[in-house]
Amino acid sequence: MATRRSTKKTPAKSNVSKEELLEYYREMLLIRRFEEKAGQLYGMGLIGGFCHLYIGQEAVVVGLEAAAKDGDKRVTSYRDHAHMLACGMDPNGVMAELTGREGGYSRGKGGSMHMFSKEKHFYGGHGIVAAQVPLGAGLAFADKYKGNDNVTFVYFGDGAANQGQVYETYNMAELWDLPVVFVIENNQYAMGTAVKRSTKSPSLWERGAAYGIPGEEVDGMDVMAVKAAGEKAVAHCRAGKGPYILEVMTYRYRGHSMSDPAKYRTREEVQKMREERDAIEHVREILLQGKHATEDDLKGIDKEIKAVVNESAEFAKDSPLPAVDQLYTDIYAAEIPQEA
Amino acid sequence: MATEVLMPALSPTMEEGTLAKWLVKEGDTVSSGDIMAEIETDKATMEFEAVDEGIMGKILIAEGTEGVKVNTPIAILVEEGEDADAAASSASAPAESSAPAEAPAPAPETSSAPVPAVASVPAEDPEIPEGTEMKKTTVREALRDAMAEEMRREGAVYLMGEEVAEYQGAYKISQGLLDEFGAKRVIDTPITEHGFAGIAVGSAMGGLKPIVEFMTFNFAMQAMDQIINSAAKTLYMSGGQMGCPIVFRGPNGAAARVAAQHSQDYAAWFMQVPGLKVAMPYSAADAKGLLKSAIRDPNPVIFLENEILYGRSFDVPVMDDFTVPFGKARIWREGTDVTIVSFGIGMTYALQAADKLAEDGISAEVVDLRTLRPMDTDTVIRSVMKTNRCVTVEEGWPQGSVGGYISAVLMQQAFDYLDAPVINCTGKDVPMPYAENLEKLALVTTDEVIAAVKQVTYR
Ligand SMILES: Cc1ncc(C[n+]2csc(CCOP(=O)(O)OP(=O)(O)O)c2C)c(N)n1
Ligand SMILES: [Mg+2]
Repeated sequence: MATRRSTKKTPAKSNVSKEELLEYYREMLLIRRFEEKAGQLYGMGLIGGFCHLYIGQEAVVVGLEAAAKDGDKRVTSYRDHAHMLACGMDPNGVMAELTGREGGYSRGKGGSMHMFSKEKHFYGGHGIVAAQVPLGAGLAFADKYKGNDNVTFVYFGDGAANQGQVYETYNMAELWDLPVVFVIENNQYAMGTAVKRSTKSPSLWERGAAYGIPGEEVDGMDVMAVKAAGEKAVAHCRAGKGPYILEVMTYRYRGHSMSDPAKYRTREEVQKMREERDAIEHVREILLQGKHATEDDLKGIDKEIKAVVNESAEFAKDSPLPAVDQLYTDIYAAEIPQEA
Repeated sequence: MATEVLMPALSPTMEEGTLAKWLVKEGDTVSSGDIMAEIETDKATMEFEAVDEGIMGKILIAEGTEGVKVNTPIAILVEEGEDADAAASSASAPAESSAPAEAPAPAPETSSAPVPAVASVPAEDPEIPEGTEMKKTTVREALRDAMAEEMRREGAVYLMGEEVAEYQGAYKISQGLLDEFGAKRVIDTPITEHGFAGIAVGSAMGGLKPIVEFMTFNFAMQAMDQIINSAAKTLYMSGGQMGCPIVFRGPNGAAARVAAQHSQDYAAWFMQVPGLKVAMPYSAADAKGLLKSAIRDPNPVIFLENEILYGRSFDVPVMDDFTVPFGKARIWREGTDVTIVSFGIGMTYALQAADKLAEDGISAEVVDLRTLRPMDTDTVIRSVMKTNRCVTVEEGWPQGSVGGYISAVLMQQAFDYLDAPVINCTGKDVPMPYAENLEKLALVTTDEVIAAVKQVTYR
């Protein structure tokens, strides 16, 4: 069986090339600009309901996607826009789902919290806190059953980490050596509840030890550290050693959803994180200091991304509302689905 | 290029708000993420962040202005060297300020949350003595008042749930309770519905009187086993020894555009369970009076609220100890041609339909069930004996619905009085879609109620 505990923190930076670093910069920036635009469209009433932004957490999903190979799966909560962009889903389709239009990934029927892409192995987009955790283990179960070497990334929050079904899943995942990486996105708050107000556990990843699952804490504001930890976790899973837990320490800059007044933390706390730990700024500095890119290069990237995001917003506004007969479709599947 | 800054929608149900405070002044440079203003909604004061970069050219709406509609221009951002006034006249801020023609209305909630001007005056409520002073109160305040009064009355009553204490409730129902009653009696839980519901049930068996708030009833599905298998059945299984006085409450049913996993009406589900009592109030007075009764009840009570109703005001009697008994329907409007039976938010459609039908000379009697278990079918039957026709209205799904049950009761007990088959107006038989147009179609509508009434009255 795997080690009971591994050492805390991932010390070594993974070997990241200049090209890779530029790519992460681009992907993180795309997420941030996309989310800012979504916030703006929400304010205009073009997006309704709940809308949970990922701003501040960009390095988590970008770093882990860098450790994934083709065929790997991912599943997450309602805070899902970034996961979709990072696994290569089309920004137009994501934004159009946010506006509830025909061109959206769920043809307007799912909205911000519920999108899926079989092609990109993205299994949602789930609104019930922690429900995705056993689902992710189930995706891994299917891969193991079929005998391939795919790994599933299950993302969930610090708040979700208290749900009972997480621990039922841990137990079975380890018992059956399922190839699943449990990624706890610890952004320090579950809605208005700071982690220390919901548990006395000193850390969340260490709870895996009770089930024999190894894990570690990762600096989620450092995309290279996330990638390195992701590679280690994935190697463990692919080697048939069962699940692995990564508790990725991160921070959300915005409210829980658009309607959260965020009175449970100070403006200074948020400002400090933004100024001192911002993951995008961090990569930007490395790129400039290492002379891997010039200010002009980065401005160019910025411009490209703005164009992509603006296009997605235009697409999302212009795409028609779903046809009314869509109300009664997709309730039952007509045929047994065949694996893509 | 100048950009108009528009009054933002900050929640799924916001239509207008107060521009409480500007945190930047004309001439200030703002960059994305800077906090520009504080905006008050009915639920909270929110900080409004800049998305675009620029210089604050002109403030169009002064701080302190109330009732600013969503999407009203509130300021103009200009670029370095640009003249604000000139910009103001030309700033149409292309795509940003005007939604395309086929876009949903700026405040999508209005569509799914019709706020009808209900002209119907309720018939005398026998619970309230004549001449009692009335106070306009929102459903939100009424629920809070009910909990506070019962907590003052009895030390064993406590409130537990996610974000009920320090955050003051996800929907601000428990506002002020932590201050008054302290952390021993107003308890924030981790996100662990099955666990804390079970702990609350156990504490009720141990002699306490818990009020469990589910952030919404969608999340009560996590706790279903403890609600049904532990809370509802223990009295029976113990031959009457072990009671479970507990209230499970929270918003139920569709809010606005929150999609399938957050928009289900569970009224019919809970109504099916012997051992549970189920209340689903419409008005603020009933919300208060029924919640007080629920807290005093020695049985487990499911108390189904509605997010869209939270902000609505109704007359609530100013009385020392106003309670509403379970199992007594209320006739909101007397009529002779048809009986419309509803409960909870369904009453908005029922009453609105009755008003419109009156214009066409059809007199509808509107019955609010108020509690679904026990259910006051006597009042429904008596009404149908007079009108000979019945239409039921609810937001839940048709198969196994509350209306379906009422139809069965009427067929068995008032068959000879019916001049037409009972029609059940329900939500459509689909998970709730997110898209604005589809959501509207999925919900029951006033027009459907009117059409059903015309059908049963053969008009
Ligand atoms: C079972 C369940 N309970 C409650 C909620 C309401 N809710 C939605 S998100 C959330 C907080 C979750 O926090 P966390 O897991 O830390 O994720 P984050 O939002 O920080 O990404 C809550 C309480 C829900 N959706 N599902
Ligand atoms: Mg969190």
